[in-house]
This record gives sequence, structure tokens and C-alpha cells, in this order.
Amino acid sequence: MTVDFKHTQTAHCENGVTVGLLRHYGMNQITEPLAFGIGSGLFYIYLGIVKVNNAPLISFRTMPGNIFKRTCQSLGIPVVRKKFASRESAARALDERLAAGHPAACQVGVYYLTYFPKEYRFHFNAHNLIITGKEGDTYQISDPVMDSLHTLTSYELERVRFAKGPLAPRGQIYYPGAFGSVSDEQIKKAIVSGIRRNIRDMLHIPGFFAGVSGIRYTGKKIKTWKSKLGDEKSRSYLAQLVRMQEEIGTGGGGFRFIYGAFLQQSHAYHPVDELPEIAGLFTKAGDRWRDAAVQAAGIYKGRLSSQADYDVMGDMLIEIAGLEKEAFTRLKKTVPLLK
Amino acid sequence: MAVLPFADNSTFNFFFMKKQDIPQDPSALNNVTKEVTYAVDESGNYTTGLSTGWSVKAEALDVAWQDIEKRVADARKKVEAGEASPLLFFMETKLMDLTIVASYTGFWKWQVKRHLKPGVFNNLSDRKLQKYAELFEVSVNQLKHPFA
Repeated sequence: MTVDFKHTQTAHCENGVTVGLLRHYGMNQITEPLAFGIGSGLFYIYLGIVKVNNAPLISFRTMPGNIFKRTCQSLGIPVVRKKFASRESAARALDERLAAGHPAACQVGVYYLTYFPKEYRFHFNAHNLIITGKEGDTYQISDPVMDSLHTLTSYELERVRFAKGPLAPRGQIYYPGAFGSVSDEQIKKAIVSGIRRNIRDMLHIPGFFAGVSGIRYTGKKIKTWKSKLGDEKSRSYLAQLVRMQEEIGTGGGGFRFIYGAFLQQSHAYHPVDELPEIAGLFTKAGDRWRDAAVQAAGIYKGRLSSQADYDVMGDMLIEIAGLEKEAFTRLKKTVPLLK
Repeated sequence: MAVLPFADNSTFNFFFMKKQDIPQDPSALNNVTKEVTYAVDESGNYTTGLSTGWSVKAEALDVAWQDIEKRVADARKKVEAGEASPLLFFMETKLMDLTIVASYTGFWKWQVKRHLKPGVFNNLSDRKLQKYAELFEVSVNQLKHPFA
């Protein structure tokens, strides 16, 4: 049983699942930037006390699951999400859905994901993919970050659906419930609520380690790394920062380019000249993030190693914090103009 | 596009946001897929392009794997010196920490921590060893004698 499903490659897996499934059910207006922006995907957080692969938890995007949920809800589309206690019921629910001719998205861990290159297989449990069919014991997989379809045996799929550890997916499947056509008016409203929520997350989130102030905080921290942690650990931490910022899924520049694209596309729904101008600020922020990555690479490659090099790196992040603060503050002033 | 030379004569291309400047460097994704990246065209409009990889992040991934290799080598030394049970070596090999091992095996974290002591590990029941062996995809014998 194979669903007639059009595979769409996107930068990020959850955006891709959202776009793939909504288009499948007839919402042709949805694009990756719109899904990301309506879902208020842009974020920043630095959690020094939580370690991922022995380095601080750093994220440039919102919590896994939020983008699909928020985008659907803002567009008036119901979300169905099921978690399972047993592997058997998880397999049965998926098979029944496929037998009824419907695709389903799964959250999976990538450590045992056989078609991923070995170098990318860490214990990361918030990858998303769409199951589009089953022939015999083999499932057909539309993985949005891959350029073509893949397959997994039922054992391989069960293993990644029941990956353990932080963010364990517990076999969950999710998909949009039945919905009619989505009007441009609904999209206009969803854009505004997505922008509002993102302004709140980046400018007004309490604490010093998240949002724009989190970026500034990281910049200040980096300046102390050399003396506090030593060269070796600093090197690992900087590499972690760059991976979270640039690795497959981000679209480059820590998702800032996707957000710029979102504001540009929003202009078609809200013809307000500020939007493309602010989009330019996000492009600039993405570029500055990439410049910072080049500086970081200089340090972890051992080409740069003086305290002054760390200071430059820290100052780059502090500058980016200023840039993004300016961008979101302008966005906040623009929101009342979006009718 | 500005190109800045560095001391070791390598060059880095700045301002990638233009579509023609999307990096096409070798990476672990080669032969698997290209990845979608966002960039702007001549008139400043966003578009997407495919990238084979970017050296800056390929090197970051290299650093992550060098760290893992080092942790595995350190674990091996500790196990051989009798400072830790073979569990440590397999944990590092499989990139796992206490939380992950505990959640896969059903042991508590403090139990796994205890099992890292050679004295405790050597007295584990076969049933418990079997759980670890399954997780690490080895036989119980290999689990007990990893470097034989």
C-alpha cells in the first residue's frame, strides 16, 4: 500500500513534514518559510547546565513539535498526535493509517536511522519524517532533509520510533486532522500571530540565557572560555555552537535566512514596506552568524588561539544580539500595521 | 564577495547569502544527499539552492568525532588499567551517557553508575549482562572481554 505522495525536500525536517502533509491535503499556499514563521520557529537558547554530547545545549530554533502544532493551529487545522505504550500498537496504528490511504509523520531518533550517514548519527531524538507506504515488510520514507525517498524495514522503523533518552519519541505519529481549504485571510492572520509570538520569545522571554539576551550572554561567556575551560574544551564547545547553527536542517545562519525568507513571503500577504526591509536585517544577522562560525573554525582548527581571538568571537555574538534586537524591535513596531 | 587570506594560505569566502556563493565543499553528506540552503538572488529575493557542504561545519563535525575517539581511547585505558568496567568502553563507543544507557536497559542511573565499577560489574548476573550485551550489540563474552 503506497500513498500517492509528493516528496518535498526542505532545509529543516519539521518544516518539511508540515509543508509535505499540508500540501498533500490541498493547502498549496504553504511553503517552508511560511511554516517556519507561522510556527514562530526562530529562537536562541544557551543552557550551560544541560550537556548534549558533552557540550552545552545550544539551540537556534524552538522546541521540537512546536512548529507543526502552532502552524496548524494558527491556520485552523486540527492536529492529531498519538504516543504509544507498546510497539505493537504503534505499528498497528501506523499500518491502519497507511491502509486507509493516508501518510503519517513520525518523530524518530537518528542514532539507528540506517540511511543517515554514520557521521550524523548521534542520540538525537527529534528528527521528523513522513511514512508514505508499506510493501511487505518495508516502509517507504519521505525524509524532508533528503533529496529522494528511502526505505526502512519494520524492525528498523520500530527501532527509531522507540529510540530512548532525552526527547524519546515513544512511537508517536502525528498528522493534520480533516480540514477544508485555507483562505488567504487565514494565512494573513496566522502570519501576524506567528510574528507576535516570535517577538515575545526573542525579546521578552524571562532569564538571561534565551532570546536576544541569550545570544549576548553566550558572547560574554565565550570570552571567558579560554581561561576557564582551556583550549581543548573551548574548541569542543565552539564546534558544538557551529554545528547547531549550520548543520543540515538550519538552512544556514542558524535559521536566520529562513526567517528572512518568511518576512519576504509575508509581504505578499501584507504589503507593508517594512517587512522586506526587516527581512534584510535578518539576512545580515545570518551573515554575521556565518562570519562568527568562520572565526570559531579558526579557533577549533588551531589557527587562532589567543585571548584576543576569543574576544573577537564573543564580540561578534554581542553584535549579533544587537542586530537581532533591532530587527525584532522594528518588527514589533510594524505588527500594528499588519491588518 | 570578500575573500580573506589566512595565515595558512587557506581562504574563506564571506557573505554567503548570495545564491552563487552557496558553499559546495566536500562533506559527510556527499553521495547521500545535498542539503537545501537559503540564499538571495541578484535582486535580493530569497530563493533556495542545494549545497554539498561547508568546510567550516565539516570541520566542526570532525572536532565532535575527534572528541568521541579520544573518549573511547581514554575509556579503553581505564578499563585496561582496571579503573572502570568494560561498560565504560562500550558506552563511549556507542556515544551513550548514563541517561541513555539507563533508559534503554531499564536500569536506574545509579545502578548503571555502580556497574561501571569493575568489582560490581564482575559479579553481575547473566541476566543483567545480557541486557547490556543486547544494547551494545555484542555477546556476553565480548562484553566481559572487550579487547580479547
